[in-house]
Amino acid sequence: MKMERVRRAIVPAAAAAILCLAASGALAAHQQEEQGAKKGAAAAHTPHGPQFAVPKPPFSPGIFPCSDCHKEIRPNPTRRDLKDEHTNIVLNHAQGQRWCLDCHDTANRDKLRLASGERIPHEESYRLCGQCHGDKYRDWKAGVHGKRTGMWNGEKQYLLCVHCHNPHDPAYKPLQPMPPPVRPENVRK
Amino acid sequence: MKKIWEFFKGTLVLVTKGSKAYYAWAVSLLVLMAIGAAAYVYQLQNGLIVTGMRDQASWGFYISNFTFLVGVAAAAVLLVIPAYVYKWKPIKEIAVLGEMLAVSAMVMCLLFVTVDIGRPDRFWHLIPKIGILNFPQSLLAWDVVVLNTYLVLNLVIAVYICYKNYNREEPNPNFFNPMILFSIPAAVSIHTVTAFLYNGLAARPFWNASILAPRFLASAFCSGPAFMIMLFQVIRKYTRVEIKDEAIFKVAELIAYSMFINLFLLGAEVFKEYYSHTIHLAPMEYLYQGLKGHSDLVPYIWTAMFFNVTAFILFLVPQTRENYVTLNIGCVLIFIGVYIEKGLGLVIPGLVPDVLGEIFEYSPTGTEILVSLGIWATGLFVYTLLLRVAVPILTGEFYVGEDGVKPVIVDTEFIRKADALAAQSYRD
Amino acid sequence: MPNQESRDSQAFRMSRRKMMKGVAAVLGAMALPEKDAPASVWDAFFQKNFRELSKPELEKVIARLEKEYSGQYGKAVKVHATPPIEGVLYGYGLDLSRCIGCRRCAYGCIQENNQSREPQIQWIQVLQLNKERGVDLEEAELYYNPAKVPEKGHFYMPVQCQQCERPPCVKVCPVQATWKERDGITVVDYNWCIGCRYCMAACPYGARHFNWKKAGLPAAEMNPETHYLGNRPRPVGVVEKCTFCIQRVRNTPGRYTACVEVCPVGARKFGNLLDPESEIRYVIENKRVFILKEDLNTRPKFYYFYAT
Repeated sequence: MKMERVRRAIVPAAAAAILCLAASGALAAHQQEEQGAKKGAAAAHTPHGPQFAVPKPPFSPGIFPCSDCHKEIRPNPTRRDLKDEHTNIVLNHAQGQRWCLDCHDTANRDKLRLASGERIPHEESYRLCGQCHGDKYRDWKAGVHGKRTGMWNGEKQYLLCVHCHNPHDPAYKPLQPMPPPVRPENVRK
Repeated sequence: MKKIWEFFKGTLVLVTKGSKAYYAWAVSLLVLMAIGAAAYVYQLQNGLIVTGMRDQASWGFYISNFTFLVGVAAAAVLLVIPAYVYKWKPIKEIAVLGEMLAVSAMVMCLLFVTVDIGRPDRFWHLIPKIGILNFPQSLLAWDVVVLNTYLVLNLVIAVYICYKNYNREEPNPNFFNPMILFSIPAAVSIHTVTAFLYNGLAARPFWNASILAPRFLASAFCSGPAFMIMLFQVIRKYTRVEIKDEAIFKVAELIAYSMFINLFLLGAEVFKEYYSHTIHLAPMEYLYQGLKGHSDLVPYIWTAMFFNVTAFILFLVPQTRENYVTLNIGCVLIFIGVYIEKGLGLVIPGLVPDVLGEIFEYSPTGTEILVSLGIWATGLFVYTLLLRVAVPILTGEFYVGEDGVKPVIVDTEFIRKADALAAQSYRD
Repeated sequence: MPNQESRDSQAFRMSRRKMMKGVAAVLGAMALPEKDAPASVWDAFFQKNFRELSKPELEKVIARLEKEYSGQYGKAVKVHATPPIEGVLYGYGLDLSRCIGCRRCAYGCIQENNQSREPQIQWIQVLQLNKERGVDLEEAELYYNPAKVPEKGHFYMPVQCQQCERPPCVKVCPVQATWKERDGITVVDYNWCIGCRYCMAACPYGARHFNWKKAGLPAAEMNPETHYLGNRPRPVGVVEKCTFCIQRVRNTPGRYTACVEVCPVGARKFGNLLDPESEIRYVIENKRVFILKEDLNTRPKFYYFYAT
């Protein structure tokens, strides 16, 4: 009897799965990245690839757009420790190998820069992170690394990597836990 | 029909008549029952929060008492087998007392379950057809069925024997023998089903041991008969019922065998758990040694062990078994020993440590103890009333009159002083 | 297990009400509902098991409950009875390499699911475990309370209802007050449960909780969007448990469970096990998962995994 019930559940599921497969076969021409996008129903297509529904990047107040200050300043591409500005930023993220202008675009400070030289907006910063953290990027697109909210069977919202990880110091910071439950000994009438 | 009605009226007259000692005994039980009822009303108003139970230990004193009393009830079979299967006369004369004990113990069992459930107002959900009894999946449903069957069976048997005796007739074997024979597997089944109720829970390794049901039966055949031996002596002393020494000693001998099996099975279990030393040892460690500084049950279980072993020796050696002082000491020790071992000693380690490893030391609250006292008083009260009718029937002091309808009541005292009894000559 | 159709068609349904009316006098003498109690009290008393309610009966029950709760909490409370979505079997993933033991999930759950605040009922128990000992529940600590988590040398394992495919709690219930729905969620009919707590003894995960006392749920904090089988207010003396936020996840589209939404590290994953594109299927395909107490063969649909 139990088998019957399982079977009843499986038949429509299998039918649905076959339909899904057929549909995805027709769309096989799409890029692999599309797979991730499909799961986030909100994903829209841009010339550079899929874009995920994400909230605004968590800029420090008053810091963006960067060009407000930087359009007046001639870029200095020499690798160095910053002494006059941004002194609060301590790079604790592969600091031996990289510095500011490896990620921030030299010519357009409002954009980020991929290794390929492509300029991307901060809203797509996950592509920058994904250059090194490919496994996390893959999981993130599937909704498995990081947090995804919204509808489990509908529109979903992603968080950018930088919503949880400070890009300059990405280790997740410890939190104060919520109070422990009341011990049964202390549950009184 | 009129005859039965007259008999019934006669029993009502009987239970209201008695010596001062009878009234005092009955009234003190009624007072305890009233206190228990008041405590239960308090529990109903406030919820089970007034007990010591919590999510971590979700069963406690009530279910412990229930489990113990199922054993007491099942033990009636220990009188039935020699009496009716082997037709051993000394026990046959008193087997009805065992059946009435089973009835009283069943009443207590059902009351203990009732006070334990969170929604007694939804009791009707358990009634087949009207509610939904999850039979045969749930062992609790099985328990509901077998406990009620056993209660009705023993009540019918006891009433039938009494009624036939009252009419000075022999029981009709075509009706009586099948019932008696059926009561034997029924007694085994109530205890087996109650054991399986725990046994079937894979989540609780302490209970999930195949040895549980045999152990249940073995310990049941110790505690119930021990109670009966003491009771027989009281009955024999304060009423005119004659109970032969050899009947008492035979029961004591049976206790010795049962206790041997009980201890042997316990040893088998202890060996398996301690030698293999898996994570499933934790509850047993908690019970016998204490776990991580929690050792509330340790003194109790060692008391029980000491009592059981001592009683076993007392019952095994013929000299101490047939000496009323040592015999009674043995009975008290066994009754307390099994009460601990099979009550809290069985229920609590099943739940502590809990399934996520938490240790919460349960202990019953005053409310639980008062409610339980009330239920014990109720059981004793039921038993007293049953005896009040049965004893004069057995002694021939309550019987149907010459006209074959009206009852004759000779016994108006029931509980008499021992010396007064001795002074009177025994009515033939 | 008898299937739903055959039980639904049993004839005794028709006669139950009639029979119970007869018994009513006896039970009335037992001072259950007061003699002059409003009709709704009697309706509640005679209410049938959820699975045996016809559509009009269910509507009546829901109207009565909504009225009762709305009066009690001073706001418009909705009680839904949304059925399972076809082709959905819910599954849950919990990433032990991410969980930091902050207990946000336990408290998010309380708010969403209207658990009693006083005495406290928590459907999610977060265990602190030793990295050296692994998942050794004898070493688990439920009451850890450092200034910051995670603590060195420890990892954390939240435990809640594992929504077993073979739930031992369902098997043992003497009155079928708890059952597994077609979408795999094990639910309780709080109006049918007799409070015997056998299911609590049977559950290997400590997932079931009892209302030892009338629930202490402040009206202001009461979540008025409820489901009959989920987060509606529970009466005293019955058992309750996690339902994967049945009031959310059965909608189309349906929100993620509250614990998924509230988890600050994204350790919690939820989806349809029958959908190869779901994140829970991704977890099962791409990560190494384990289920708790697999030797008991309860077959949980709650998968613990290590993403890294």
